[in-house]
Parts: sequence; structure tokens; C-alpha cells
Amino acid sequence: MEAFGLLLHGFAVLLTWKTLVLMMVGLMLGIFVGVLPGLGGPNGVAILLPLTFTMDPTSAIVMLSCIYWGALFGGAITSILFNIPGEAWSVATTFDGYPMAQQGRAAEALTAAFTSSFIGSLVAVLLITFLAPMISSFALKFGPPEFFAVYLLTFCSFVGLGREAKHKTVISMSLGLLLAGIGMDTVSGNLRMTFGSAELLRGINFLVAVIGLFGISEILLTMEERLALRGHAASISLRVVLSVWKDLPKYWVTLLRSSFIGCWLGITPGGAIAASFMGYNLAKRFSKDPESFGKGRIEGVFAPETAAHASGTAALLPMLALGIPGSGTAAILLGGLMVWGLNPGPLLFVEHKDFVWGLIASMYLGNVVGLVLVLTTVPVFASILRVPFAAVAPMIVVSCAIGAYAIQNAMFDIWLMLGFGIVGYVFKKIGIPLAPFTLALVLGNRAEDAFRLSMIGSGGNLGVFWSNGLVGSITTLAIVLLFWPVIDGLLARVGWGRRSKGMPPRKVN
Amino acid sequence: MAAFTSTMVPEFISEFPNPNKNIGKTRVGHGMKAAIVLAAALCGTPAFAGWEPAKPVEIVVAAGAGGASDQMARMMQAAIQKNNLMKQPIVVSLKGGASGAEALMYMKSSEGDPNKVLIAYSLIYMLPLSAKIPFNWRELTPVSVIALDQFVLWDNSAGPKTVKEFVAAAKAASAPFKMGGTGSKREDHVLTVFLEQKTGAKFSYLPYKSGGEAATQLVGNHTEANVNNPSENLEVWRAGQVRPLCVFDKERISYTAKVTETQSWADIPTCKEEGVDVQYLMLRAMFLPGKVPAEQQAFYVELFHKVTQTAEYKEYMEKQALKPIFLTGKDMVQFLEEDDALNKSLMTQAGFVAK
Repeated sequence: MEAFGLLLHGFAVLLTWKTLVLMMVGLMLGIFVGVLPGLGGPNGVAILLPLTFTMDPTSAIVMLSCIYWGALFGGAITSILFNIPGEAWSVATTFDGYPMAQQGRAAEALTAAFTSSFIGSLVAVLLITFLAPMISSFALKFGPPEFFAVYLLTFCSFVGLGREAKHKTVISMSLGLLLAGIGMDTVSGNLRMTFGSAELLRGINFLVAVIGLFGISEILLTMEERLALRGHAASISLRVVLSVWKDLPKYWVTLLRSSFIGCWLGITPGGAIAASFMGYNLAKRFSKDPESFGKGRIEGVFAPETAAHASGTAALLPMLALGIPGSGTAAILLGGLMVWGLNPGPLLFVEHKDFVWGLIASMYLGNVVGLVLVLTTVPVFASILRVPFAAVAPMIVVSCAIGAYAIQNAMFDIWLMLGFGIVGYVFKKIGIPLAPFTLALVLGNRAEDAFRLSMIGSGGNLGVFWSNGLVGSITTLAIVLLFWPVIDGLLARVGWGRRSKGMPPRKVN
Repeated sequence: MAAFTSTMVPEFISEFPNPNKNIGKTRVGHGMKAAIVLAAALCGTPAFAGWEPAKPVEIVVAAGAGGASDQMARMMQAAIQKNNLMKQPIVVSLKGGASGAEALMYMKSSEGDPNKVLIAYSLIYMLPLSAKIPFNWRELTPVSVIALDQFVLWDNSAGPKTVKEFVAAAKAASAPFKMGGTGSKREDHVLTVFLEQKTGAKFSYLPYKSGGEAATQLVGNHTEANVNNPSENLEVWRAGQVRPLCVFDKERISYTAKVTETQSWADIPTCKEEGVDVQYLMLRAMFLPGKVPAEQQAFYVELFHKVTQTAEYKEYMEKQALKPIFLTGKDMVQFLEEDDALNKSLMTQAGFVAK
């Protein structure tokens, strides 16, 4: 097998002390920029990019990809400790990760997040190693109808599988879709809902909204309830790591399911964001105890993190083979590779074999080294919660503001962030879930564009969503998930249900 | 999606080490430290008199990752850093949100800031017309026109082999005949409308977010054709997945080196040769924000003039089939005025000017 030989060669090149040191430095820098709330992966990697120009190509690529892994690992830290997701795909990690931190189980949540990140990436790298050529041609099958079907599936799974009251999910999602419509409409080339304001032209930036909705609103709630971070009693011993690992085999179904979802959505160009949400929702749906999700269940950290990292890693494949980055951070990484004359395209795998396999080898090594590195830092990060709230809160607010400002260098975004903070506070008070809102905000535009392009292409015929096996099965699955509660109920009535309220798991026939 | 295209340059990191070629381990480690503790590290002073940037310089790209503008910005980033043309590092900043309007408004609001350079293309004329964006390129400080970009009509390599067959197929098609492109009411869309007017065929124009996406969609057979810039389709052409039908210029591209096994850029016929008289060239030009003093403007004119003489630039022009050009000062303004008038008349004829 040629691929295998090349991979081994890649390892041989990388396994030197110099490279390992570079990896550690890259990972530390990546974690560092990933942890700063608001600075986040893309910005951090952009800042660090020029560092690699001074190196030879191999070192530069190892360094770049390690900064990327570091930023991915780091993103989970702020989600869990402060409820501030750094990237779109960290949002689902906050659902159970943050409650865990509040219960004094921050170290446990962090360990779970890092471990599942590692597992997700590992599965995806294995997939890339052995199936790369097949996967790139799969990605080419995605035209506008297929993209729309995937987005529809994500939205429907939220409504159908969500724990919250359906109408509240729909309200939240609709508001998100409405706000996503602000700004330039790609399909018509016109401006929408900007009311003549130059500030609104850019649209609502997703990260600005998320920093406000999750970070600022949490500060407001904490101020109202008690002036302390609830995680101050966090146990911070390395023994936690081992105890989490011991329980790991119990969750193999969740881990496997999330890895699969992540890989599948990751190789769908642009589908990576949806993965963590879907991983989370499905874990909840198939759990024996769905009510405990969102209240600090470790499975609720495993599921989204595994899916997010499997997709984040798998997304590198369409990026290399097709030039379509799956995330903001991946886009910056792409830019870094282009500086080295490594233009993504179908021939990259043919003409720059050594580079591609070196990169894949560095994925394996970077992940292993990264896992060790982040696990040793768990006590350090978990102990941040011991700092008195009065000292931490202003720092969080300030770094949120810096982060919001830095995304587009716009003062307007700070006001927007504060506005979203209040919206998030109100939503939490009246029990409207925030996740559908953020999902709609990040995917709304793409879903709309994909739908309208499908309609232009088909001359307005809705049949295009069932025009081939791929798009047809995704669309059908989406509709099944949307009406899942109804279908589940019907199945239960005819004696097929796995479980329904107040009834034993299986009826005796 | 805006969140995906936003990058930033930290105002608080004052200096990066100056990159040199073939630098050893110690310099690398030094570089890291510099970034972390924000220390200044200086070496290899280039010979410039007068003003020089004291902060990292940002090349603002009004398009998404991997598109033609982004690629060109990366080339300049590499050319400047590898040839040591400037002390401060160059950072590429993707601001393709709102079909590139994000970048224009960003430049407009950065008045007087000499550390931001926009790599502009025809959107500076078209966006204010089609979407009534409150922007006028005359408010920016012109630096130089650095290249002219071509447009080529491409189809899938499984599709028709000549323009005649292509037009015939488009006319015969019962379902909508799909033409992919970047953005709505912009250069790709304008070219599509002119193709329709000259040939009598009807196309359904599908606006994508970037040229890279348009290329992938053509390869996957989700569209029948696109009018991408050479750089946007180069890789898939070399992989034998798309076919160039004709180039929208009055003469053939001059580069005769083989790009694929059998063809060079010069082998692509002009659209006029093939009986479709449509021509369009697009500027690639550098602008500073408004009200930047002449001394600082002069620094960048000199800098980009040097860039056009580097091996990286020359190689890039040839590989991506751009026309090298260097205009600055009065010549540039005259060019821009004429180009603006031309684009305005094309937009008006295509019916894309907002009322």
C-alpha cells in the first residue's frame, strides 16, 4: 500500500526532537489563543501565521497544524469554564460542560472534552488515511439541493429531538433566521434589513452574538443569583483524569455515533458546524435518561466534542482536495499553506504527496502530543474557577469586549454584544433555548442560499430535493426527524416504541 | 458567512521578528518568544528612506479564502517577506462578508490608517451601483494597479468541446442551463448577461460565495459552466476536470508554457475568434484608506513596485495567466476613471444598476 508507506515516511521525518519541540510550542500557542475568550481560533492562528514564514516548509506545516490542534483543544476550555464558546462548534459543549464546571466538576468536564476530542480526531484521521481518494469524490456530489438537505436535517433534528418545548425551539430558531437575513443577500446582490446603516451591512457576526448570548448573559445571571463562580470547590487532581478514562468504555456507543456523524458532516464541505449539535442531540435522543442532559451530564460533553473534532479533522480533506475550508480557523490554515505554494486542488494529493502525508502524520502526532499536553494543564485551567468572582468577572467582560471588537474592528459590535447579553439573559429567564437561535444565525444564510440556488437550478421544482438517492434520503430523514415525536408516539401505540412516558421500556406482546 | 471570513490584526502586537530565508532553530525560538511577550526583534533593515510602517501591515481581501484575491494577497505576502522588502510583517485579512462590501466599509472607516492596504478589483465600481453601498473609490488613496485579470468560459470536461457546441447545447436544453459564478450583479453575472445577449442562449445564473466554490460545483456537474478567472480554475483544469472554451479578451493570453499535458494558456481561443464578441479585463489594484499622507503613499508605491519585480510576482503572473501592469499616480487615476465609466455602462446595459 503506497499510502501506508508514505505515512510511515512522514512519521520518520517528523520524529525528531526538533519537530517534537516545535509541536509542543505550536500546541501551547494554539491552546493559549484558543483560551482567550473572543480571540478564538481564527484570529489567534492569523496572528501566529507569520511566525512560520521563517521556517523550512516541513517545520512550518507541523507548526501550523499544531497551532490549529491547539486552538481546537483550547476552544473547549472557555466553553466549559465560562460558558463562552470560541468557535461555532464549541457551542454544544457548553450545554453540559458549563453546568459540570458549576457543580465543581470542571476537571472532569475538561478531561472528558479533551479525551473525546482526541478520539474524534483519531477516527477522522484514520478515515483520511485510508479513504482519502474516495472521500474527495463524495464531497463533489454536493450541489445546492444536497447542501440544503443537510442544513434542513440539522434544523429538523433540533426541533424533533430537542428537550425543550417545541414551540419555544421554533420561536428561537425563527428569531435566529430573521437576524441571519440582515446584510447583503448573495443571491440577489441586494441589501436587506440594513435600514441605511453602514454598520448593519456586514450582517450580525455569529461570534459577537455568541459572546453576548452565552458569556455576558451568564455574568448577568451570576450577578443576580450570587456573586461567586460556582466551581470554586473544583477538585484539581490528576486522578480525575484516570477516573474519567475508566468510565470511558461505558460510552462507546456515544463516542462511535458522534465520530461517525462528525466524519460524515466534516467531509460535506461546510457541514462541520452542524456536527457537534447533531452529535449532542442524537446522544440525548438515544439516552436512557434524556432529562439529565443540559444539567451536567458527562455524556453531554463527550458527544458534541467527539463529533466536533471528528468533523474538524475530516474537514481538512475537502479543504485540501477542493479548497473549501470548513471553518474560520481552517480558512487561515489554508492561507498559510498557500504561502508555501501548496494550492489546494485535486492534484495536491498527486503532486505534493510528501507534503500531504507529512501533514497527515503530523495530525497523528499532534493529537497525541496535544492530548498529553492539555491533560497536564487541566488542574491549572480548572483552578481559574477558584479566583473570586469579583476579580474574574470584570476580566471576562473586558476580554469579551476586546474579542467582539477585534473580530471586525468595529465599536458597533461591542454594543451588539451587550445587546445580545441582555437578550440571552431574558431568553434564559423565560426558558427559550439559546442553541436553536445560534444555530439559525450561523446556518440560516447558507440554508437560504442553498435553497434559492436549488430553486433557480430546478426552475422552482421542489422535486429537486428527491432527485437522487443522496439528497432524497437526507431530505426524508430530515422530515422523519422533524415529526419524530409524533412518529415515536405512533410506534409506541402499535407496540414498537422503545420507551414512552410512564410505560415500561418494552411492552410484552 | 461573516464569522468565517473575519480575521483581525491585533493592534496590541507591535512588532514581529523580521522573517529571513533559511533561518535556523534559534531564530525560530526567538520568534515565538517575540510573539508571546510582544517584544520587538529587529534585523536586516531594508534600504528605505523616509516613512515606514511601525505596525504589521494588513492586506485586506474583499473575497473569501482561496479565491483569486486571496491567492494574490498570499503571493504578495510571500514576496514581501521572503525578499525582505519591509521590516514589518504582512498579514492577510479576509473580509469577504457581504459580497466584499465588508472590506470596502472597513477601508472607508479606517481613514488615515497607513497600515491597511486593500487589494481591489471591479467590486469597487460595481457594488456602489448594484447595492447602493455608500462607497466611492475616489475617497481612498490610490497606490498602484498591479495586474489585469482575465476571464475564461469553462465547462465540465465531459461537456461540449467548443463554444459553438456549447451555445447549441444551451439553446437546446429543456431544463435551466446553469452558469455558476461569484456573487450577484457582479463581473461574472455581467459576463453571463452579455453571453446571453450575444448568443441568444438562456442561462440560469447561480451566484456562489467564491470562485473556488464555483469551480468545485462545475467539477461536480452541479452547473454546466462558469466564467472564472484563470487562477480560480487552474488546479481543476490541470486535473483534467474542466475545459476552457474561450477567453474574454481581444487577444489570446501570451503564456505558451504547457499548463496541462497538452495545453498552454495561449492555446485557449478568444471568444471573438469563436464568434462571441465579449471582452472584459479586471483590474487588480492596491488602495490605502482615505487621507493617508503623500509620504506614506509613496512608501507603498515603491513597495508594490518592488513586488512586481520579484520572481514570486513574475511566476504568479505566468502561472495564473494575469497581465502584468504597473500604473500609479496620474496614470492610475486616469485608468480608474475610464475603467469606472466602462463598468458603469456594462452594469447599466445588463440592468444591474439599483434605482
